[in-house]
Amino acid sequence: MKADEPTKVIQVLDDRAAQVWTKGSGEAFVCDRKSTAGSVTQRACAFCGSRVVLYPIADALHIVHGPIGCAVYNWDIRGSLSSGSQLHRNSFSTDLAEKEVIFGGEKKLEASLLELIEYYKPKAAFVYSTCIVGLIGDDVQAICRKVSKKTNIDCIPVDSPGFKGTKKTGYQAACEAAYKLVGTGDTSGISKYSINLMGEFNIGGEAWMIREYYERIGIEVVATITGDGRVDDLRRCHGAALNLVQCSGSMTHLAQLLEEEHGIPLKRVSFFGFEDTAQALYTAAEHFGDPELMCKAEELVRDEIAKYTPKIKAYRKELKGKKAALYVGGAFKAFSLVLALRALGMKTVLAGTQTGNAEDYKQLQDICDPGTVIVDDSNPLELAKFVLEKEVDLFIGGVKERPIAFKLGVAFCDHNHERKIPLAGFEGMLHFADEVAKSVLSPIWKFAPRHELRALKINTQIADTESP
Amino acid sequence: MLEGTTAEIRERKALRVNPAKTCQPIGAMYASLGIHKCMPHSHGSQGCCAYHRSHLTRHHKEPIVATTSSFTEGASVFGGLANLKTALENIFTIYEPDIVSVHTTCLSEVIGDDIPTIVKKSEEAGIIPEGKMVIHANTPSFVGSHVTGFSVQCAAFVNYLAESNGAKKNVINIFPGWVEPADMRELKRIAELLGVEYILAPDTSDVLDSALDGEYKMYPDGGTTVSQLKAMGDSLATLALGPMASALAAEKLTKKCKVDHSILELPIGISATDAFVNALRIAGDVTVPRELEKERGRLVDMVSDMSQYLHRKKVAIFGDPDHLTPMIKFLVEVGMQPAVVVTGTKGKKWAQNIREICSEANPEVEVVPFSDIHYLHQWIKANPVDLLMGNTYGKYVAKSENLPFVRFGFPILDRVGHRAFPLLGYAGGLRLIEKITDAFFDKRDREDPDHEIELVL
Ligand code: SF4
Ligand code: SF4
Repeated sequence: MKADEPTKVIQVLDDRAAQVWTKGSGEAFVCDRKSTAGSVTQRACAFCGSRVVLYPIADALHIVHGPIGCAVYNWDIRGSLSSGSQLHRNSFSTDLAEKEVIFGGEKKLEASLLELIEYYKPKAAFVYSTCIVGLIGDDVQAICRKVSKKTNIDCIPVDSPGFKGTKKTGYQAACEAAYKLVGTGDTSGISKYSINLMGEFNIGGEAWMIREYYERIGIEVVATITGDGRVDDLRRCHGAALNLVQCSGSMTHLAQLLEEEHGIPLKRVSFFGFEDTAQALYTAAEHFGDPELMCKAEELVRDEIAKYTPKIKAYRKELKGKKAALYVGGAFKAFSLVLALRALGMKTVLAGTQTGNAEDYKQLQDICDPGTVIVDDSNPLELAKFVLEKEVDLFIGGVKERPIAFKLGVAFCDHNHERKIPLAGFEGMLHFADEVAKSVLSPIWKFAPRHELRALKINTQIADTESP
Repeated sequence: MLEGTTAEIRERKALRVNPAKTCQPIGAMYASLGIHKCMPHSHGSQGCCAYHRSHLTRHHKEPIVATTSSFTEGASVFGGLANLKTALENIFTIYEPDIVSVHTTCLSEVIGDDIPTIVKKSEEAGIIPEGKMVIHANTPSFVGSHVTGFSVQCAAFVNYLAESNGAKKNVINIFPGWVEPADMRELKRIAELLGVEYILAPDTSDVLDSALDGEYKMYPDGGTTVSQLKAMGDSLATLALGPMASALAAEKLTKKCKVDHSILELPIGISATDAFVNALRIAGDVTVPRELEKERGRLVDMVSDMSQYLHRKKVAIFGDPDHLTPMIKFLVEVGMQPAVVVTGTKGKKWAQNIREICSEANPEVEVVPFSDIHYLHQWIKANPVDLLMGNTYGKYVAKSENLPFVRFGFPILDRVGHRAFPLLGYAGGLRLIEKITDAFFDKRDREDPDHEIELVL
């Protein structure tokens, strides 16, 4: 863009107008819709949703029943760490060919499952069907039953063909699938103060950190679902006394099933930022009503905050006043990010998600400052437009947004599940501050035209005022 | 995964473990991105399109724009006619491309959507603005691979666009095959050095390696223009680089507009680049400039300097057929020994050709088309090699077998070099020798006991 040219107004798809909203504008906001045909949507499919949610269950076999591509694009792209088995990091596909498309792929699926189970001896197998499987008429359920019987290994179909909806639809299917294992294990010996950590995917080892917090204050973690997940943990997770659910969409359905059928209460938590993490610990301690737990929790929070605050303060000094835009998968993450950025002295001027619902956006609107633009299911042109208009310094998003930010000369922080750095917990806040600072404070932005121009303008203004 | 492979090779009938290929539409999308002001459109559910875009983004570290018909459950039952019409309408009003390049996905192929009919109906309904175009390619993934997707897309450019008015112009068409933007740039540089007028199609340079200029351009500056694509029919001759990716388009063009074509290997290494330069020289009726001869000389010189370190080194290599053929030729040229060659794409004839190329260097070479990385890994465990070459997915094998590893092919998700430096041409050969010897030497420097560390290599 030229120096004094006004920002070119980029048209928003008519159909989408109501999905963009500015705080304080008084207009209605629409979300949770299917993507408009012909838009450059940043959204993925239902299959992708179920695949990424179940993926961290490391001792299970994950096999994608469909043509090759569906399996390739999600091969080992997530930062979920496993402390043992790495089986889940392989890519298994039935690689359907024309023959199977015409005559059906059931035989191939059965043979694949039998071969893999014999070779890897997994604890269970998840079978994902992609879009064409239903169309060619494969009865995946029946094959799974048959193979389960033959091998004595639970083969669980995950019913989430991509066209069923966005990732969110896939989360539901993943929860249904995982739930098939729940209730089949022995729960003896589980403490009365026990929890499951749900919607925690152990990105960069986050689940290990959080687990350790709870253990330090005397609460047993029965299962982390699904980060560093194990089939046997899932089988006995119904023995826990409380479910803590992180991340708005992905695990809520499983937690609800556990509540309805096993009477386990659920509480929503977030482990992002000091406040949220502390609150998550208090929530559990409070729930069990044992003052000693609370005492220990407070002590832990004090210690941890004392440990990291001075370092965070140093970052705050450097980052104060910078403006951020965020475009992330779930709304819950967006809330936490707004708060965490605030803690770093930064202001959120644009917030959007791929899959938020009405309730989520209401909450998002409440916590944002006036003037913040809120978008649902956005596209690159729209995002670029707002980033320039709002003079953003930092963009937080996923793989598709990174190069756009960089082209605009804007710093970037990856807050999706492909990163390998733990951003959760007290320590995570430090990593977050460091990530943000590394990008925002990079000297390279000086050479980005936008900043060069800004600097030029300021200089000439100074010169103008100085000359008589 | 890392520890999950045994040396014993199991017979697998049914499945793919750690694939060495991916699906057709991503190839079609990549080819379409090399056309100026072209919007690639994925006719299917939105997931496929999102995946292809993300994958290309991870490889190129550039924004990848494409639209989708966003199939829902309804479309998957009743067909995607309505979706495509709405999509075209939206695309032309909002994103204003010159041309929309529709490719199918597995889903729309199984449903059996007839794209040309839908396009025709959209035309009749006035959805396609004056002077704008919609073209299409069929890319079901249950046949072919990402390479064939690229190939049918290139053929579609010819089918829809190339025309001839009878008067031949002194211009040479070049179909570059599936190579990096930096490689396309190199092809152009060579043609310009020779002083040949050319049309390169597609051309992703300045599209997928654009500068940070503070602007987000939905359609970057580069790309073959529609008028260039049309003019291809009037050119003197066509050079199709890479038989799998480019032959189809070249043959179509010969049939349609009587433009003679020759099918060449990608110019990787010495003799394959010689062949390309020579073909250009003859087609353009020019002489090879001294400067290019010197470049060649510098490559031969570097190989001779390093030959003692390269000689008889056993190489395991996987990738796409078009890349593998000249690369293996190059390895043989510099004295290395291809030991095992794997591709995910089908190709019996191709395999036979590779065996012939290796007949002197290693008559026992194991060549396996339509296979995967899991197989390659098992083979290496039983037959140790000195070097691994392939795309990023090879890093697991390299790590678990402690092998020097040179990345090449698609995708490369964890390094940046492929974005800036060509592997094609003599310059690319220099870079390959550098990469290969660096990989050997870095390992030595790291692992040699102190008393054996050598300063001068
Ligand atoms: S359905 Fe076909 S086109 Fe889509 S990602 Fe899967 S393999 Fe590729
Ligand atoms: S939309 Fe369907 S076909 Fe495409 S990637 Fe998702 S599951 Fe595969």
